[in-house]
Amino acid sequence: MELIGADIVIQSLKAEGVEFVFGYPGGAVLHIYDAFDKQEDVKHILVRHEQGATHAADGYARATGKPGVVLVTSGPGATNAVTGIATAHMDSIPMVVFTGQVPRHLIGNDAFQEVDSVGITRPVVKHNFLVEDVKDIATILKKAFYVATTGRPGPVVVDIPKDITAARCEFNYPAEIKMRSYNPTVKGHIGQIKRAVDLILSAERPMIYTGGGVILGEASPQLTRFAQRLGYPITNTLMGLGAYPANDKQFLGMLGMHGTYEANMAMHQCDVLIAIGARFDDRVTGNLEKFCPDAKIIHIDVDPASISKNVKVDIPIVGQVAQVLDNFNEVLDSKRKTPNTAALEKWWAQIDEWRSQDCLKYDHNSGLVKPQFVIEQLHDITNGDAFVTSDVGQHQMWTAQYYGFNKPRRWINSGGLGTMGFGMPAAMGVQLAYPDETVVCITGEASIQMCIQELSTCKQYGLPIKIICLNNQYMGMVRQWQEFFYEKRYAMSYVDALPDFVALAQSYGHTGIQIDKPADVRAALEDALSRKEELVFLNCFTDKTENVYPMIPAGAGLNEMILV
Amino acid sequence: MRHIISLLLENESGALSRVAGLFSARAYNIESLSVAPTDDPSLSRMTIVTTGTEEIIEQINKQLNKLIDVVKLIDMTGDVHVERELMLIKVNATDGERDEVKRLVDIFHGRVIDVTDTTFTMEITGDGEKLNAFVQALSSITILEVVRSGLIGITRGEKAL
Ligand SMILES: Cc1ncc(C[n+]2csc(CCOP(=O)(O)OP(=O)(O)O)c2C)c(N)n1
Repeated sequence: MELIGADIVIQSLKAEGVEFVFGYPGGAVLHIYDAFDKQEDVKHILVRHEQGATHAADGYARATGKPGVVLVTSGPGATNAVTGIATAHMDSIPMVVFTGQVPRHLIGNDAFQEVDSVGITRPVVKHNFLVEDVKDIATILKKAFYVATTGRPGPVVVDIPKDITAARCEFNYPAEIKMRSYNPTVKGHIGQIKRAVDLILSAERPMIYTGGGVILGEASPQLTRFAQRLGYPITNTLMGLGAYPANDKQFLGMLGMHGTYEANMAMHQCDVLIAIGARFDDRVTGNLEKFCPDAKIIHIDVDPASISKNVKVDIPIVGQVAQVLDNFNEVLDSKRKTPNTAALEKWWAQIDEWRSQDCLKYDHNSGLVKPQFVIEQLHDITNGDAFVTSDVGQHQMWTAQYYGFNKPRRWINSGGLGTMGFGMPAAMGVQLAYPDETVVCITGEASIQMCIQELSTCKQYGLPIKIICLNNQYMGMVRQWQEFFYEKRYAMSYVDALPDFVALAQSYGHTGIQIDKPADVRAALEDALSRKEELVFLNCFTDKTENVYPMIPAGAGLNEMILV
Repeated sequence: MRHIISLLLENESGALSRVAGLFSARAYNIESLSVAPTDDPSLSRMTIVTTGTEEIIEQINKQLNKLIDVVKLIDMTGDVHVERELMLIKVNATDGERDEVKRLVDIFHGRVIDVTDTTFTMEITGDGEKLNAFVQALSSITILEVVRSGLIGITRGEKAL
């Protein structure tokens, strides 16, 4: 069948099973937009800013595991998308982003709306392509989806010159693709796995530390089985929350800069560390010189470059985490040896002592709304089962600490890049994927203003997300650092001239609720969540001076926390 | 320590900038880099000379391998291998200098490839040290231009990339 390039793009998306494309039109992609109009299989979601498109596609991908797809025009369309591409890249989220490009004969001429999209995005993608011939579109798209979704996932950009979208050729979508230069390793080395299991069983103070890789690798069931059969303590990174049920007693909470006392202390004192799909990020390790001083480290990751990047490990295992954990479980099944129960008992006694510090306690008698209380109430009402997105700042950390995620893919936040503006558009992507589920966006009054325009998109597509703005009238996380490390000089962190968020939501056609008393929190949340068809913007004035505890200051070790 | 990393990569537009971009983004050193298509025109062979601690070199190898365009890679530093670099060098040479330069070229097994009344242009191959030594030997002569290709290398014996 002979088609024009634009139709080939759409037909290829259809062949990939793409449900939604998040995008924004412009000159260079008009042929593709025209092609959208001729079919109904692939739906286009019109955002209000290209950054919103990338975060929405990203949220969709994080919630579903399927690649998010974006379409933007050349020049400013592409540059506006860069933040969202980088956000996805840092968290290894599968995405395919199409950028329009000026016609081939104008490339390099400083043509209208020309930027070197491949060049600009190169450092923030897993891979990118410039399509140079209409005949290549189908193969390149096949490769783009293959690369984005396999191995360690990530965003792939495909830059398509306008003239190519009008050129014709025969369309055949390849059923399979092989690339001689790309063979993502899948199977863990069985010898290494056996050595690891021996080490694991010999541990006296074991600790399991898992990251976003377990979620991306759909390895939650395997992980849960592995941890529970051993009875070892487990912590998740910010990106890994939900991989292990937070309500289980073996779960010590999140680790790292704002991790719990028990998780960080157990990390610091463990003798065997089992790192799974985590990358020893600086927000997790604190000062590397003081990191896990007594531990032998096992590291499972699909990306060989993650291994021994920041922390030298003793037993590296490269492979898909689900498969490796299956192997672990099999090897454990075949062994008569069991964990050292006596040692383990002592270890748990120590951990329980740390736990009794109750590091997440906060003032329940305040006359001001405590942000932690809002998150706890939300957990209570939703059973810890809602999809929760967040922006970046204190509210993000409180959500991570207090929501208690019991299932994977429910907690959706920008951990690696820390992109303010992520939360609401990401929630749109999640809600589109799961129209009947509760989708909540926890945000701050500064972050929400970075992509506030997407309220309009939510109206157009009837997306009933629940925005809970923990409004402390400060860039709270900035204020906290200034309080601790800059002698309370609060330079530029007061968020002045705030809009009336209730009126703002209403002007977009949504529902707004405002509260400022602890006594109103529960009812307001219940009210908001019960409005199944409406987007509700709950503006909640909170204690302006509340800080996120515990906190590990920069340069300190995991055992050097500032507690409440 | 100095390492020689040799790679085969897809001969595609942009492949070179992916490698160069990786080194600048991650603040790795490049001492030299040379690249050209191989007997299979769809593949380029690149030789990178870099320095760093063992940990950094390990990361460089892994990060290069991770690039989608990189087909194969070898760090030949630990293997028996041959290193060569080509240098073209143009000097001012008049009167007595002309014999002196010719003598040096012979000693270094180089060749004179262009001559004018006042200049000699020579080619010399060898490892980096030999080329440095040649430049040093010319210390009393006015050097007009030096062009070096960057190092290339190949392992000895049957092992091949
Ligand atoms: C795009 C972007 N710009 C700047 C920052 C730096 N930053 C991190 S947290 C923060 C304050 C966020 O304030 P708010 O959204 O009100 O949340 P709060 O910390 O008060 O909960 C800022 C400015 C960032 N993460 N992202």
